Amino acid sequence: MNRQGMLILAVLGVGAVIGAPFAIPAYITQLSFLWLMVLFALTWDIMGGQMGYNSFGNIFFFGIGAYVCAVIQRDAGLDWHVAFFIGMAAAAALGVIAAAILGSGMLGLRGQYFAIATLGLGIAGGEIASGWDYIGAGSGLVPPLYPGVLGAREMFFYFLFLVLAIICFFTLRRLYSGRFGLAINAIRDDEDKAESMGLHTTRYKTIAWCVSAFFLAMAGAGAGNMIGFIDPRDVAFAGLTFGVWMVLMAILGGKGTLWGPVLGAAIFHITQELFWTYLLGWQRVALGLLIIVIVVFFPTGILGWVRERYPEKFGQAVDAEAQGAAMGEKAEP
Amino acid sequence: MDNVLILVNQPVIFLQVAIDGILFGSILALVAYGMALVWGVMKVINIAQGEFVMLGGYVALKFADAGLSPLWAVPAATVILFAVGWILYWLVVRWVVDKDIFISLLATFGLSIFLQQIVNQIFSADVRTAESGLVSRSFLDDRLVVAEIKVLAFVLAAIVGGILWVFLARSRLGQAIRATAQNARAARIMGVDTNHVYAMTFGLNAAICGGAGALVAMTWVIHPYLGLSYLVRSFMIVVVAGLGNLPGVIVAGLGLGAAENFAGFVFGAEYQAAFIFSLLVVILVWRNWRLGRQRRYLK
Repeated sequence: MNRQGMLILAVLGVGAVIGAPFAIPAYITQLSFLWLMVLFALTWDIMGGQMGYNSFGNIFFFGIGAYVCAVIQRDAGLDWHVAFFIGMAAAAALGVIAAAILGSGMLGLRGQYFAIATLGLGIAGGEIASGWDYIGAGSGLVPPLYPGVLGAREMFFYFLFLVLAIICFFTLRRLYSGRFGLAINAIRDDEDKAESMGLHTTRYKTIAWCVSAFFLAMAGAGAGNMIGFIDPRDVAFAGLTFGVWMVLMAILGGKGTLWGPVLGAAIFHITQELFWTYLLGWQRVALGLLIIVIVVFFPTGILGWVRERYPEKFGQAVDAEAQGAAMGEKAEP
Repeated sequence: MDNVLILVNQPVIFLQVAIDGILFGSILALVAYGMALVWGVMKVINIAQGEFVMLGGYVALKFADAGLSPLWAVPAATVILFAVGWILYWLVVRWVVDKDIFISLLATFGLSIFLQQIVNQIFSADVRTAESGLVSRSFLDDRLVVAEIKVLAFVLAAIVGGILWVFLARSRLGQAIRATAQNARAARIMGVDTNHVYAMTFGLNAAICGGAGALVAMTWVIHPYLGLSYLVRSFMIVVVAGLGNLPGVIVAGLGLGAAENFAGFVFGAEYQAAFIFSLLVVILVWRNWRLGRQRRYLK
C-alpha cells in the first residue's frame, strides 16, 4: 500500500470512529465497550504478548482505578467533571504505584510463578473490596450521576474511551519501536540471556506492568462511571468476565503484535454482541473452549497467522532480514 | 485481637482449631502432591488442578443424590477422574506439553474455565455438600468435637498417598514416570513411551484430585468456583516444599491447613479467602527474596 492509500485509509478510519456514535446512536454504549475491550487487550498484551509474562490478574488495576475514582467523586464534593478527572488522575497514579510496589516484589518471579501469583491477586482484590465498608463492601458503590442532558452521558464516555484507547495504542507503538520494546521482547525470548547481557530485567518488567496498570486504572475509572454501579466481584474485579476476556482477545488477534489485540478485541466484542445471546448461558463454557482451541491450534492468533503467510506485507513493522531468517528465507525481496 | 486471646486462654479451642486445620491439610497435601507430580514429570503447571478437585466433589454429590453412600464415591471419583484426565491429556495437553510454559499455562487456564463453567451450567452455582451419614464425636466433656468423616478423610488421604508412593517407587510404570521426570529425552531413548507416561501421569493426578474432591464434598462444601482456591493452595505447598519432596509436601500441606484455620478463626471466616491469596503473594515474594540473596553471593 502506498502512502496516499494509507492516508485515505487513516482519514476514513478517523471519520468512522468519530462519526459512529452520531450515525448509529442506538449502539453507542456497545461502541464504548468496544474501546474498553481494545484497552483491555492492548494492556494485557504488554505483559502477556510482548514480554511473555502471562498475567491473569491485570483486572486488579482496573478495580483499583474504578474504586479510587468513585471514592474521590463521592467524597471530594466538587463539580462532576473536575472530580471525575481528578479521580481519574488519582486512579492512574495509584494504579502505577500499586504496580510498582507489587511488581518490585512479584516481577522478580519467573513466568510461571508470576502467572499464579497474579491469579491470586485479582481474586484477593475482589475479596478485600467486598469486605471493606469504607468502599461499600459487598453491596458495591454507586458513582455520582453524570450531570449533562439526556444522551450527553453516553457521548462523553464514548469519546473518553476512544481517546484513551488511541492514546494507549500510540504510546505502545512508540514504546515497542524503541529500546523498551526490544528489551521486553528479549525478556520473552530468553530472560537469562537478556539479564546476562546487562539488561535490568526486573526494572523493565516493572515498568511494563506500570504502563499496563496506568491505562487499566484509567479505564477502570471511566468504566465504573459508565456502568454506573461498582460491584466488587462483577464489575471492578471481574476476573471471570473482563479478566478472561482480555486474555482471550489478545491471543485471538495475535499476541505480541500491536494490531493483533485491537483486531482480537473488535472481533470478540462484535461476535459477543451478535451471537452470544443465543448461547443461553453457555457463553463462558464457549469462552474456555475458545481459549483452549486458540492456544493449542492457533497459538500465533489471527495476525500472527497472516504474518507467517505474507511476511512481506509486514516489511515495515518487522526487520526484513530477521523475518527472513525466522520464516525460512520466505521474505527474500 | 479478642480472638487471639481466646486462643491463648482456651487451650481446648486452640486444639479444636488445630485439629480441624490439620485434618483439612491432609487433603491439601494430596492435591499438592498431584500437582508436584505433573509439574515435575511434564513440566506443566496445571491451572485446572482445582477443577479436578471440584469434579471429584460433584461425583460424590451425584452418589449422594442417587441414594448411595458417598463413601463409595471416593474410589468411583478416582476412577472417573482418571479417565477424564487421561482423555484431556490426549485432547489438549498433548499439544502443549513440549511447548514453553507460557503456552501450557494458557491452555490449562482455558481448561479450568471450561470445566468450571460446564459444571456451573449443569449443577448451578449453589453451594452443596454430600451427606456422608457419619456422626461427630465429642471429647473432653463435649468441648472438643471431631467429625468422624474428617478423620476418615485424613486416613483415606494417607492411604492414597501411601499407595501412590509405593506405586511410583516399585511399579514399572512408576519407574518410567520417574525416569521421564529426570530426563524425558533420555527416557525416550531407553524405550520409554513418554507420551503414554505423560497421559498416565496426568490421569493419575486427576485421579488423586478426584478422590480428594470427593472427600471435600463430604467433609466441607463444594461449588463450581471452588477450583481456584485449591490451585493456589496446592501451588503454595509445592513452592514451599519443592518438587519431588513428599515429606515436605505433607508437612507444608498440614501446616497450611492449620494456618488457614487459625487465620479464619482470628480474622473471621469472610477473610479466609483473602488470607490464602495474600499468603500466596507473600510466599512467592519471600521465595524470590531468598533466591535473590543467594544470587548476591555469586556477584
